[in-house]
Amino acid sequence: MKLLKLVPDNTNIRFLRWRVPFYVVSLILMAASWGMVLTKGLNFGVDFIGGQMIRVTFTQTPTAPVAELRETVAKLGYGEPIIQQFGKPNEVSIRMKLPEGFEQDPSLANKMSDKIITSVKAAHPDVRVDGVDSVSGKVSEELGKSGGLALLAAMIAISIYIWVRFEWQFGVGALFALAHDVTLTLGLFAVTQMEFDLNIVAALLTLIGYSLNDTIVVYDRIRENMKKYRRMPMPELLDLSVNETLSRTIVTSLSVLITLVALLVLGPDVIFGFTAAITMGIFVGTYSSVYMSAPILIWLKVNADSFVPVETAVDKQERLARERNPGAA
Amino acid sequence: MLDFPIWKRLWLWTITIVLCLAALPSLFAAGGVSWPAQLIEPKVNLGLDLAGGSHILLEASSDQIKRQRLETMAEDVKNRLRQAKIATGDISTKDGTVAFMVTDPAKAGQAREVLQTLTSGASMSGQRDWDLNVDGGRIVLVPTAAGIAQAQSMAMDSATDVVRKRIDSLGTREPTIIRQGANRIVVQVPGLSDPAALKALLGQTAKLEFRLVDLSADPTLVAQGIAPPGSELLPYANPEKDGTGRLAVKRYGGIKGDQLTNAVASNDSRTNEPIVQITFDQAGGAKFARLTTENVNKPFAIILDGKVLSAPNIQEPILGGQARISGSFTSESANQLAIALVSGALPVDLKVVEERSVGPDLGADSIEKGIIAFAAGAAALMFFILITYGRFGVYANAALIINALMILGILAIIDGTLTLPGIAGFVLTIGAAVDANVLINERIREELARGRKVVQAVELGYTEASRAIFDANITNVIAAVLMFMIGSGPVRGFAIVLMIGIGTSVFTAVTLTRLWVAGYLRRQRPSSITI
Repeated sequence: MKLLKLVPDNTNIRFLRWRVPFYVVSLILMAASWGMVLTKGLNFGVDFIGGQMIRVTFTQTPTAPVAELRETVAKLGYGEPIIQQFGKPNEVSIRMKLPEGFEQDPSLANKMSDKIITSVKAAHPDVRVDGVDSVSGKVSEELGKSGGLALLAAMIAISIYIWVRFEWQFGVGALFALAHDVTLTLGLFAVTQMEFDLNIVAALLTLIGYSLNDTIVVYDRIRENMKKYRRMPMPELLDLSVNETLSRTIVTSLSVLITLVALLVLGPDVIFGFTAAITMGIFVGTYSSVYMSAPILIWLKVNADSFVPVETAVDKQERLARERNPGAA
Repeated sequence: MLDFPIWKRLWLWTITIVLCLAALPSLFAAGGVSWPAQLIEPKVNLGLDLAGGSHILLEASSDQIKRQRLETMAEDVKNRLRQAKIATGDISTKDGTVAFMVTDPAKAGQAREVLQTLTSGASMSGQRDWDLNVDGGRIVLVPTAAGIAQAQSMAMDSATDVVRKRIDSLGTREPTIIRQGANRIVVQVPGLSDPAALKALLGQTAKLEFRLVDLSADPTLVAQGIAPPGSELLPYANPEKDGTGRLAVKRYGGIKGDQLTNAVASNDSRTNEPIVQITFDQAGGAKFARLTTENVNKPFAIILDGKVLSAPNIQEPILGGQARISGSFTSESANQLAIALVSGALPVDLKVVEERSVGPDLGADSIEKGIIAFAAGAAALMFFILITYGRFGVYANAALIINALMILGILAIIDGTLTLPGIAGFVLTIGAAVDANVLINERIREELARGRKVVQAVELGYTEASRAIFDANITNVIAAVLMFMIGSGPVRGFAIVLMIGIGTSVFTAVTLTRLWVAGYLRRQRPSSITI
């Protein structure tokens, strides 16, 4: 039986030759992402800014009449709604700020959603209400804080572990690669203005997991080769390691992409944004483990001796004996 | 490395089979087949985001709990000192303490002894719930942190009970009611897409009181918002009907509505207006009889949560221990009040600070599509692995299926809930499991290409790949544990599945495949393998 081999044996692609231009491009992209996040902002869902979100589906119309819907809701005097499509064009979310005085009298939020739903249903009889979310400012603040903190703590703890298992340069490299992945994904969310809610934080965490997995596989091979080929210059050694793991990188990424594409195309709309974020993360994560986390080792001057086992007293005697008497061994 | 003694093989197979069996009821349920009821049934619950339902987060005000505690203490102090015949000045509850002057400073020591019995130990370290400070004739009771925490915890415990009783009376299916943090309660009701009635029910403190109307109050002063001594001004519950004015009612000498055995909604036989009929227990009935006997022809106010429902005249003594409450109810609100009264008053007001509801259509739709997408993705993935690694791909695929079953099985055993982020964790661990096999198989390929013999190549494949697999999974465990500790809601759901999945994916992708590969090598002793 002939098996599929996507990557030929003994490839020798000089990935790292382009490390400087790639790094420059990546840094520019990261800066641009930050710029987008800061200027355009993320389209935070009610999870993070509080408020009320009503999700509706127009069961008879193929495309939701967004303008009409906006007018219907705005007329109620609760302020301008943010209306956004998600998933299919006939599914929209209507987001509102919580009414004033909500903190004292939570039933006001109820009244608001009741009123909105009633008048939307009156204007569009084919509307089906899929869900209502109300989150108070206090809770949303906590959700945001704990989500961000979990993300940050996970990244830092992981880097410390890698520092302990490898060398500090590897820890920095991994942290940098993770920061790169998260930044670009945030950038994507800023550009597309897809809604950013708590589920997306879980997607970011998944992405970090994947990217890290990739980085560690490459690092593990670098560590192994550093022990094996002590005199090889760093760029060459990195290229060798990336090439040796190339087949694995391709097969794994493809496997995961196959599953994700199925979820993206066939899966429920509620997880679209979420799956999109992870899919993006696979590309970015695979790229970053080759081009972000490896070259940084050159610049941080990883010492080829770091992984050589410490010579014990017995080893030393034997070595000295061999050196004195080359013919004996 | 490729050596598996018989006890080890038995042990591995037992774990595998038990955990896979535990997944069966959930799979049956997902396929719409009912699971025989007489068999044990550990089942994975679907989160509300997938199955539809309502999630409500209620918060109690800590300030209110503290304030109530101060007032109760002030009342106790007053009673106790009166019994001991120690005269005091006014008792102040300002500044978060109970403070007063003893009229005769010589009795301060005695007062201290009396009051000492009102405090009790509140923590393991022996801290008391109140600090009792005596400075000359001035006595100050300061609530300690341990005391406040204890009071808060007790109030929340009983609030949780009340919430559970009220929800049970709605007859909804399998509600989850959990205390969260210091002052919150999470309520999750699957299948309930319109939680308006639920919220109305939980938002009602249902503190019912019967108090006498202060007839001596000067209407002009009342209009200015000044209450006569010993009385307070309360607004009406239905300003549309009774006006926006306020009614002066006496502070003391009333009856609380917690001494009742039953409350039902019904209709007034004359006006057909919805009313709530309550039945007092014996002590409550006796008090009510005394109050109504002593105050015939005077109005008394029926007060719910600090608002006056109505203030009827007492026509004649009510001795039967029953009373009827009217107050512009609808039949729905009368019913809710009846439920709330029977389940008891909440010890503290609860506010809805977060609410999420998902319609059942959306939920069902999501699950169906999710299952189809997952099945299609998994089939494509397995096909890909099969044509890439041949026999070793079969092992990898079998490990993947078992991995998925084991995750489900463990989730079912720990009574876990599968949410949307949980599925993300699932996908991540499946990815990690695939990767582990890819790493091993690629390494075997490499070693074979370097000219090693089959057994040696396989052994090296497993040992060399294990290092990277180990490091990658440990980092994920670190991340998962942190997320679980720090994160909330969705993040934790993700972390739980991730933690389970890391364990099962290493077990299946490394240990089980090694067991199978070892068996194959031992039985067939191939001189070359296709991989």
